[in-house]
Amino acid sequence: MEYIELFFKSIFIDNMVFATFLGMCSYLAVSKKVTTAVGLGAAVIFVLAITVPLNWLLDKYLLQPGALSWLGEEYATYDLSFLSFIMFIATIATMVQLVEIVVEKFSPSLYNSLGIFLPLIAVNCAILGGSLFMQSREIPTFGEATVYGIGSGIGWFLAILAIAAIREKIRYSNVPAPLRGLGITFIITGLMAIGFMSFGGMLTGGGDAGDENVISQTAIEKIKKEVEQIDNSKN
Amino acid sequence: MGLFKDSNLITDPLTDDNPITIQVLGICSALAITAELEASIVMAIAVLFVLGVGNVIISLMRNIIPSKIRIIVQLIIVAALVIIVDLILKAFAYQLSKTLSVFVGLIITNCIIMGRFEAFALANKPWRSFLDGIGNAAGYGVILIIVGFFRELLGSGTLLGFKVLGDSIEKTGVYAYGYENNGFMLLAPMALITLGIIIWIQRSKNKALIED
Repeated sequence: MEYIELFFKSIFIDNMVFATFLGMCSYLAVSKKVTTAVGLGAAVIFVLAITVPLNWLLDKYLLQPGALSWLGEEYATYDLSFLSFIMFIATIATMVQLVEIVVEKFSPSLYNSLGIFLPLIAVNCAILGGSLFMQSREIPTFGEATVYGIGSGIGWFLAILAIAAIREKIRYSNVPAPLRGLGITFIITGLMAIGFMSFGGMLTGGGDAGDENVISQTAIEKIKKEVEQIDNSKN
Repeated sequence: MGLFKDSNLITDPLTDDNPITIQVLGICSALAITAELEASIVMAIAVLFVLGVGNVIISLMRNIIPSKIRIIVQLIIVAALVIIVDLILKAFAYQLSKTLSVFVGLIITNCIIMGRFEAFALANKPWRSFLDGIGNAAGYGVILIIVGFFRELLGSGTLLGFKVLGDSIEKTGVYAYGYENNGFMLLAPMALITLGIIIWIQRSKNKALIED
C-alpha cells in the first residue's frame, strides 16, 4: 500500500517540476517540440530509476553515520555524510556514461531515440535532486527508493510532455511581443503549478499532512460556514 | 588597464546578457528558495563564491583536462567547492542551511556553473574567467534578490525578518487600513509568475531581446 501511495505522491504531489522546480533548465530548453520532449523525459525516467536506488545503497552502507559498521566494530562511529554530494554526483555521472555505452551496444534503436539526451542528463538537477531528496526524506527501504525514483521520473516526464504540447500550440496565438518565448512559458508553468497544487489534498489519509493541507482544511471550514450563513438567510 | 578593458565581462551579465532572464540558466534554485530575502542573498553569495573560484580553477586546468572526461572533472571540482559552502553554512548559520536544505547541494548541477565553465573558462585566461564568473553570479544574484524582495514583502509583509509593513496581528502600520498579506506569494507558483513579469518588463524596455 505505501508503495502505491509513494508512487502517486512522487508523481503528482511532489512533482519534480511543479512542486520543487528541479530540472527547470532542460525543461525550458528542450520543450519546443513534443517528440524531443518525449525522448528526454524517457531518458530521465530511465536514469532516475537506476541512480536513486543505487545512491540509496551508497547512503545506507557507506555514508550515513554508523553506516560502516558492517566492516567491523571500530568503523561504527564513522560519519561520512559530508561526502554525499561528491559521491552522488560521481555515481550519476558514471552511471549516465555506463548506461550510454550499454544502450548503444545492445539496443541501437533505443540509443538513437535517447542517445543525444543522455549526456545532458548528468547535469540535470532533477537527477541529483532525486537522490538528495531520497536522502533528506529518509526513505526506509530499497524497494521504496526504486518506486520513488520511477515515480519522480514519470512526474517530470508528464510535466515536460504537457509544456511541450502547449508550446507547440501557443505559436499560433497572439502573445504580447516581449512575453514571447521564455516569458509566457514561465507564466504557463506557474499556472500549471497552481493546477498541480490541487493534488495536495489527494492523500490526506497519511500522517504527514503538510501546511498546505491545513490551509485547505481551514478554507473548507470557511466555505462551509458561508454556505450555512447563506442557507440561514434564505430561511 | 586590464580592469577597464574587461569591465564588460561584469556589466553585461547584469543587464542584457543576464544568466537567468536571457541565457535561461540556473532557474531551479532561483525559484525554489526565493520565498525569503535572506535565503536569496545567502544563495547569491554561495553561487558567487563557487562560480568565481570554480572558473579560475577550470581556467588554470584548461590545457590539461582531456576533453572526453571534462564533464566529470568539472562536476568533481564544483562538488568539492559546494561541500566547503555547505560545511561553512552548517557551522555558522545552521537554521539557514536547514531552510536551504537540498538546494545547497543542487548548486552542483546549477546550469549557470556548468554553462560558464563550458562556454568561457575552458577557453579563457584565469583573470578574465574570474571576472566572467563574478559577473554572471552577480547577474544571477540580482534577479534572485529582486524576486526574493517582492515575494517576502508581499507574502509575509517583512524584509529580512523585519516587519516593515507593521504587525499583521496587532493591526498596526498598513494593516490598520485593512491591508492583508498575500499568502499566495509564498507558494511556489508565484515565483514563476514573478520571474515571467520581470522578463516581460526587461524585454519591453529593450526590444532587441524579444524572441520571435
